[in-house]
Amino acid sequence: MNPLELSRLQFAATTMFHFIFVPLILGLSVIVAIMETRYVRTGDRLYLRMTKFWGRLFLINFALGVVTGLFLEFQFGTNWADFSRYAGDIFGAPLAIESLMTFFLESSFIGIWVLGWNRVSRRLHLFAAWMLVFGANLSALWILLANSWMQHPVGEVVSAGRVRMVDFMAFFTNLYGWLKFFHTMFSGFVVAAFFVAGISAYHLLKRREREFFMKSFRIAAVFALVSSVLVFLVGDEHAYEVAQTQPSKLAAMESVWETQQPAAYNLLEIPYPDHNRNLVQTLSIPWGLSLLATHSFDGKVTGMNDIPPNDRPSVLPVFISFRLMVGLGMLFMLLGLAAVYFVRKPGLPERRWFLRIMLLALPLPYVACELGWIVAEVGRQPWIVYGLFRTADGVSPNISTAQALISLLGLGAIYLGLTITDVYLLTKFAKKGPDKDLSRIISPENLWSGR
Amino acid sequence: MKLQIFLYALWGFLWAGYFALDGLDFGVGVLFAVLGRGSAERRLMLNSIGPVWNGNEVWLLGAGAITFAAFPAAYASIFSSFYLLFVILVGALILRGVVFEFRGSLQSAGWTGIWDAAFTLGSIIPAFLFGIVFGNIFRGLAMGSGGFQGSFLSFFNPYSLLTGVLFLALFSYHGAVWLAAKTGGGMQRKAESAAVAGWFVLLAVCAVFAVYTGYDTRMFDNYVNHPAWWLVPALLVVSLAASGYFLLRRQNLAAFLASGLTVALTVFFGIVGLYPDLLPSRTDGRYSVTLANAAASDYALWLMAGLLVIFLPLIIGYQLWVYGLFRGRLLEEEVAADEDAY
Ligand code: HDD
Ligand code: HEM
Ligand code: HEM
Repeated sequence: MNPLELSRLQFAATTMFHFIFVPLILGLSVIVAIMETRYVRTGDRLYLRMTKFWGRLFLINFALGVVTGLFLEFQFGTNWADFSRYAGDIFGAPLAIESLMTFFLESSFIGIWVLGWNRVSRRLHLFAAWMLVFGANLSALWILLANSWMQHPVGEVVSAGRVRMVDFMAFFTNLYGWLKFFHTMFSGFVVAAFFVAGISAYHLLKRREREFFMKSFRIAAVFALVSSVLVFLVGDEHAYEVAQTQPSKLAAMESVWETQQPAAYNLLEIPYPDHNRNLVQTLSIPWGLSLLATHSFDGKVTGMNDIPPNDRPSVLPVFISFRLMVGLGMLFMLLGLAAVYFVRKPGLPERRWFLRIMLLALPLPYVACELGWIVAEVGRQPWIVYGLFRTADGVSPNISTAQALISLLGLGAIYLGLTITDVYLLTKFAKKGPDKDLSRIISPENLWSGR
Repeated sequence: MKLQIFLYALWGFLWAGYFALDGLDFGVGVLFAVLGRGSAERRLMLNSIGPVWNGNEVWLLGAGAITFAAFPAAYASIFSSFYLLFVILVGALILRGVVFEFRGSLQSAGWTGIWDAAFTLGSIIPAFLFGIVFGNIFRGLAMGSGGFQGSFLSFFNPYSLLTGVLFLALFSYHGAVWLAAKTGGGMQRKAESAAVAGWFVLLAVCAVFAVYTGYDTRMFDNYVNHPAWWLVPALLVVSLAASGYFLLRRQNLAAFLASGLTVALTVFFGIVGLYPDLLPSRTDGRYSVTLANAAASDYALWLMAGLLVIFLPLIIGYQLWVYGLFRGRLLEEEVAADEDAY
């Protein structure tokens, strides 16, 4: 392995670890803030207990979101120095904006939220909760705009072998980026919804704290349905945008080898990359792919064989990931619908089969998220900036194989060890259930008992 | 050019801010095992920085990201040249970062022991390695046409080791004064005596550092050529003296503010001495990474300048507000009674 391959592996590993924690931050912050809002508005202490219980899990997860992000901020410099030299003029800006606008905000309000229960008024505390929501999602926006510039560069000119920013507004209004943002944000909501639903289902199965977990489950069910539909709708638009801007990625996502007009959608497809064709393609829906990719019945879809061999991404991982992500997306809508249906009818705690399914479904949205990133990032190859700059040209020239190997193994070990510890703690506190005694949570003078 | 210099100054400001703030966290971490005897004292120390450490740490992200956006070539050269040092440094910061959430989550001696060690190492290692990095930057690296050409071991030269010791001494003192100002009871007294001892150590290290800087780097050239710039080291000496003075009069908060200023001015002393380089070449000046050859386009610089001018005051404002919300001396009993404390 050379420094390039090791750096790619390291980037993939570190960002994928980061993205285990990020979606739950994006979504669970909203759910917790809603619970706290209800508490502050009604004084119903059940909602305070909910805030504390789900908030605890949020914090354990948040800690890892923060620390896994740290190295990423420097990794463009350590491993992708030539990419940084090439693209820093425009690519550095969103990172700087992200740090100054959101990381500072987030880190200040998290302190208030964690330790401020007995120091600040309940309204200020609630404000801190919403600032966490705002900060987390705004941070996602900026980093995703940065990533989207790599996917679909706009707002720059290339001069003297480097990129120069000439139009920040074009960068900021990149449609690619906003689709990516909403798709990612809603996918975070899906993760959080299934997280809350799954853990609630666990306790309902154990017949513990029925009212507490029924209420939690109800919120999660609505969240799951709404956000999974939104993920699907935005995802469809996003796929259309990808088709417009990155024909090679689309060809890989759908394993299209020959250019077709119109193109059919094959429900069953088995790619055969070694021979530049599909082994099996059947159950076709006429015009289907044309409709998806071009929004017209007879749109042209470029096949892989019409893309120069050294501009092609690898088909299998992109194709498989995309099919699985979409399949999971459909499943989430179904489950969300079922969950909303069952919470509206009496007797949910007795539908043990359904609760078991919801518990088993807990990890699936995480899987869908990681798959989505594989589609996005592996499908972008061999470009680091699509159409402009190749991944192979971006790696740092002055790091050795030994150095890259040491860092990959070292960081991998730290990330893995901490992730295991974190999941262990999450499981432990999730299983333990909420605190019964409110006076242990919060001092009497700060308890608010409503009307 | 004026714009570039303005951003260079802000770049220095961000690093100075970072070390003045996270330096106190490092200091608490260095002293953690020394002053913290027993679990209650250690929890007190940890919680004295509980609400603010994350806000202090993000200055590093701000400084790093502004380096990237305003001086992309410097970001690329610095972080790839010091490759393994940064990996170790950030690895240690990562460990420190989880201590707060993890340490109190389980009640077992073995578990607490692991995170106590992580907190100590996660503070000592970054503090020292930042010194190594900045020492090498002040001194200049062996740069050729392909960038840095030296070996990993060459980072550990007498000057950078001395800078590492300087950073450790600075931060330990800063952390001790913080504890003296922020805690009450036995911890306050212990921290006060540690701070007094630390002040003398720091003074000695600073003196050696100043002499060795003159001997091994070109940083004093700038001061000789621009006499007005002596103001920075002069203020540095004043702030250090003031911090000691306040400490003896047991005005610990004032002593702490002065020591923060000392840290910031130490960084500025280096940045001013470095100007106009960001990463000088020790071997051949043509390969230095300078303000002129690393700066982003004017368009990008204007954007960054606007961003910083708007957001830095805001950030400083609400961070001060958070410090204010959590003002007052923290006591062991308080921490023990607080279910939310780390
Ligand atoms: C709960 C998670 C989840 C679910 C159910 C889906 N996605 Fe997704 N998808 C993501 C989570 C995600 C993600 C993690 O958020 C990604 C990674 C990069 C990105 O922009 O979002 C992503 C990427 C991604 C991309 C690649 C973007 C790029 O190349 O830049 C496309 C085209 C889609 N999605 C489309 C869909 C469609 C049509 C879905 C149908 C249901 C779908 N996704 C479900
Ligand atoms: C957090 C979610 C993300 C995940 C899981 C992810 C995943 C990946 C993967 C799997 C690769 C390796 C692709 C390959 O080498 O074949 C990669 C590469 C890369 N990604 Fe991402 N990515 C994420 C977000 C981002 C963002 C937000 C950015 C930019 C701001 C980014 C920039 C890069 C760069 C620079 C590379 C290295 C060069 C390359 O291999 O193309 N990634 N990422
Ligand atoms: C490869 C690119 C990425 C980099 C360089 C990066 C960097 C960082 C850093 C440094 C932190 C820690 C902030 C702190 O100390 O408080 C962080 C946290 C976080 N990141 Fe990432 N990240 C990346 C990808 C992503 C993506 C793709 C998303 C979302 C879609 C995301 C969302 C978040 C969130 C929500 C947090 C925690 C909240 C916060 O502290 O603001 N990150 N990230």
